[in-house]
Amino acid sequence: MSVDDKNFKLSVDIDEITLRNPTMLASGILGISQSIFERLYDENIGGIVTKSISVEPMKGYPNPTIIPLSGGSYLNAVGLSNPGVIAFSEELSQNKNIPIFISLVGSSEKDFAKMIKVFDSLNIIGYEINLSCPHVSKMGMEVGDDPEAVSKIVSTVRKNTKKPISVKVGVGSVDVIELARTAIDAGANIITAINTLRAMSIDVETMMPILSNRIGGLSGTAIKPIGIRCVYEISKNLKVPVIGCGGISTWQDVVEYMLAGASAVQIGSVLGSAGPGIFNSITKDLKKYIERKGIMKISEIVGIAHKY
Amino acid sequence: MPTNIDNRRIVKISETIAETPTVKTLVFKDTLSYFAEPGQFLMVWIPRIEEIPMSVMINSKEGFAAVTIRKFGIGSTSLFERKKGDLIGIRGPYGNRFKLRKKYEKILIVGGGTGLVPLLRLATMAINKKIKSTIVMGARTKTEVLFEKLTKNIISGTASSLFVCTDDGSYGIKGTNVSEMTKIVRNENFDCVYTCGPELMMKAVVDIAKQNSIPVQASLERYMKCGIGICGSCCLDSSLICQDGTIFDGWQLSKMLEFGSTYRDKDGQKIKFA
Repeated sequence: MSVDDKNFKLSVDIDEITLRNPTMLASGILGISQSIFERLYDENIGGIVTKSISVEPMKGYPNPTIIPLSGGSYLNAVGLSNPGVIAFSEELSQNKNIPIFISLVGSSEKDFAKMIKVFDSLNIIGYEINLSCPHVSKMGMEVGDDPEAVSKIVSTVRKNTKKPISVKVGVGSVDVIELARTAIDAGANIITAINTLRAMSIDVETMMPILSNRIGGLSGTAIKPIGIRCVYEISKNLKVPVIGCGGISTWQDVVEYMLAGASAVQIGSVLGSAGPGIFNSITKDLKKYIERKGIMKISEIVGIAHKY
Repeated sequence: MPTNIDNRRIVKISETIAETPTVKTLVFKDTLSYFAEPGQFLMVWIPRIEEIPMSVMINSKEGFAAVTIRKFGIGSTSLFERKKGDLIGIRGPYGNRFKLRKKYEKILIVGGGTGLVPLLRLATMAINKKIKSTIVMGARTKTEVLFEKLTKNIISGTASSLFVCTDDGSYGIKGTNVSEMTKIVRNENFDCVYTCGPELMMKAVVDIAKQNSIPVQASLERYMKCGIGICGSCCLDSSLICQDGTIFDGWQLSKMLEFGSTYRDKDGQKIKFA
């Protein structure tokens, strides 16, 4: 993708990918419709990560699956609902110029190989492997907490595609740096950090857990400092491109993640209060920030905090 | 008065009203819902069973609101079975509202089944503003006619009128609300048509309104998980029913290829309306 002069200041490179700005849609948010992706692109989003797709369609858990908590945080256990590889490849078949990563989830190497076979001919820029969904058994984090399984899956994906691979890591029982290192050693190009954190909410009147799955993943404002720490540690120790994710709701949050070492960021939960227009307003504010700071290109700030 | 609509309130059902053998209204006290705009919806939590979007039903008592449920799936059947004194959770009201312009003098309201819920809130507001409302309600058969008495109360002593239609002619006018609407707009002018009900019915209402050059607003429905613009389950083309709707005008609807054509099921696959 070429970046014109107008977008030069905000454009970022992640591995071999160039995005017109560092803001991306986080996986799991609004991620099933090409028409919605087009709308977000019109709102000046830099890139898209789809909902995690599995081989077969998944209905997910009954509601409540997503609940707003106080202070800009959210709890979810959607259960990886998605239309499956066949219907989704049809959905994306009309994509022309939107930079889309397809998020993949599965429980064995075979699952991933099957999906890439279908998706690889589409107009997409890469894959994000979800190794950190905290609330579905035999998928996501249960895989992410098993270094051998991570290594097998990532190397299988590597063998089946030439496109860039990002691995999305979370805070599970395996140290996040070790998990990222395992993924990179197996052939991943990029690390996305972090996913939601295992969490729960109980209603005091009915005395019952609110989520149908009882336990889910915490996202939004509350997890931002943890995300910043993970991005900082991964990029400092491994010197690999990192996409930061977790609790971003303002342009300052984007800058903070980039200072910690993120080449780009993913934004999700805040859409619950701000709507798709948030990408337009954040990118405008990012431009103002770098102009005020006398910075030529936003990518110059990536990892600056490592110096101190 | 609480102001954060995202805060879940646990409310006690203060009254249940059997509307038909399969439709029930549950009344509860909640200030935010009492002040809901016509067309707004609540995410209703049935503890340990489901959470479903429901349009806010009017109630005559100050500070009270209601939801009206048709027994259908697991969630709605379980809600239908709730009794007086049971606890349910609510958050919202969410979404936009039916718009009544100041210059409007005469409006036409066409509703089917529980689609009448937001329309009754609208009719109440319109009549308070001295806007003459013609209400056309449709049901398959006599036992499924909803809210007739309530609607008569709302319009009593005003210039507004009510037409009740049944598909099989077992009560009121024989025929659909759509065929009745066709007759009405032939003889009378309206400033706007408002509709809510099964999507194919709404599609027909919108088409007739357009053919007669009358502005139209429709309240749409899709499967929802979050109700707040995060999950994307309720997308219809590039719009989110929860955040951009539930109400769309004729111009917006004319650009929606999926309106009256396809919806998405729980896993996000597109399904054609039968």
